[in-house]
Amino acid sequence: MILLTLLEKSGELGLYYINQAGRMVIFLLHVIISTFKLPYYKVSNITKQIYIIGSLSIFVIVFTGAFTGMVLGLQGYNTLKKFGSEGLLGSAVALSLIRELGPVLAALMVTGRAGSAICAEIGIMRNSEQIDALECMAIDPHKYIMAPKFIATIFSMPLLTAIFNVVGIFGGYIVGVKLLGASEGSYFTSMYRDVEFQDVYMGFVKSLCFGLLIVWICAAKGFYVHYERTGGFGAEGVSRVTTYAVVLTSVSILVSDYFITSLLL
Amino acid sequence: MNTEPIIQLIDIKKGFGPQQVLKGINLSIYEGKTTVIVGESGKGKSLIIKHILGLIKPDSGKVFVFGKDLNKMSGKELKEIRSYFGVLFQNAALFDSMTVFDNVALPLRERTRASEGDIAGIVNEKLKLMDLEGSNEKFPAQLSGGMRKRVGLARALVLNPRIVFFDEPTTGLDVAKSNEIYRVFFRTQTKLGYTAVIVSHDVPKIFKLADYVALLHDGIIQDCLPPEDFQTSDNPFIREFVEKTMGLIYESEEVEG
Repeated sequence: MILLTLLEKSGELGLYYINQAGRMVIFLLHVIISTFKLPYYKVSNITKQIYIIGSLSIFVIVFTGAFTGMVLGLQGYNTLKKFGSEGLLGSAVALSLIRELGPVLAALMVTGRAGSAICAEIGIMRNSEQIDALECMAIDPHKYIMAPKFIATIFSMPLLTAIFNVVGIFGGYIVGVKLLGASEGSYFTSMYRDVEFQDVYMGFVKSLCFGLLIVWICAAKGFYVHYERTGGFGAEGVSRVTTYAVVLTSVSILVSDYFITSLLL
Repeated sequence: MNTEPIIQLIDIKKGFGPQQVLKGINLSIYEGKTTVIVGESGKGKSLIIKHILGLIKPDSGKVFVFGKDLNKMSGKELKEIRSYFGVLFQNAALFDSMTVFDNVALPLRERTRASEGDIAGIVNEKLKLMDLEGSNEKFPAQLSGGMRKRVGLARALVLNPRIVFFDEPTTGLDVAKSNEIYRVFFRTQTKLGYTAVIVSHDVPKIFKLADYVALLHDGIIQDCLPPEDFQTSDNPFIREFVEKTMGLIYESEEVEG
């Protein structure tokens, strides 16, 4: 008996997750198709989203970027000094930022700041019947609400990552060169010498992929809040689904980071 | 009168888990008329409307709108059908991050090619019809319940729909406010001539507006009759409903008006 219930429960759970995954994929396809469908967008819809998702994230990106670069300078200098290769500090900081830390950390920050907001906003729209209202007005929510958010996030992520990288490199410069006394000339020359187009390209691809992951998971979770297994109704439902979306996005970013790296190396 | 119904539900069944909510709904709605669906709370009245709107798919049964099967339509056809609909949701479902003006203007902006000047003209006219002049720049959260419903109604009517659905238009409003909604409803229907489907608890007042009254009881539409016939019907459930809601006004909690 217990075994049967256990089997039944796990089957139920399995079905639930397969359903969820299916919905997410259909959601993504819907958004992609509607993005390219006429009529085209009001520019103001997209610029508003770029402002909310991109511009408003700049402060937190600069702040975290600076400190990430600074700690890289600190750690890098002390480690490299052991081998007598402080001269490589510039390329060490730049490479770790451009290839790895920049895209990942920027994506995690944007998930926390903008992804959670996307999920909560859409979840509330769903729960207060605003999405039903749109559908009844024959306005496709995929196009009207989702597509501008998708475009804005995918557009903003590489730019935010670039800002993160530049600020980080200067953070490393301030700590490594100005505070600890590594050579200024070799900090930048080693960077010019060792950073190749391939590295920047990898960072760029990552930031695009992470941007898509963030907006996809967060928007879909909010959009399907009423299907949540734990009950997606009311304010609590939205808060639960937002937490879940942020966790899921962060995990997916780190997991996909490994696979993208292994593909591009 | 055109005798072909514009909306027809045939044997609609819908359940959630073990609970069977709709057990075979049959209902016809005629053009230009006002059909009121009454019945106890939480028994699936709003669900019927959601089936007609295509927001929910039935477990079995068919929904015909303008003679076409709703569940066999492509997304494009459904969109076209919906463009004839106006909906006033139970909680008005206004876009809470937009002003009153933008809420009412949204269908025009997204669905028509009207210029901003024309849009402003139409929106202001509709808001005037609802006695809402001067609230253009307010947000839904700054409005009273009655005003919110009127904004919802203005938004539902802005594209001159052929069929308007009202999901409990007066629930939660005091007597004066609900009378006001009825007056607005009557005024706009006379002016615009739309077909109305109303889900309501507000018996007997709603009988004044209705051309047909349908009782939902036990997952089935017991009957759909003109108000006079409804009140004298032999159907035991209808009789019970009429007695309960219209008999002992001072002791009945269900009479809000």
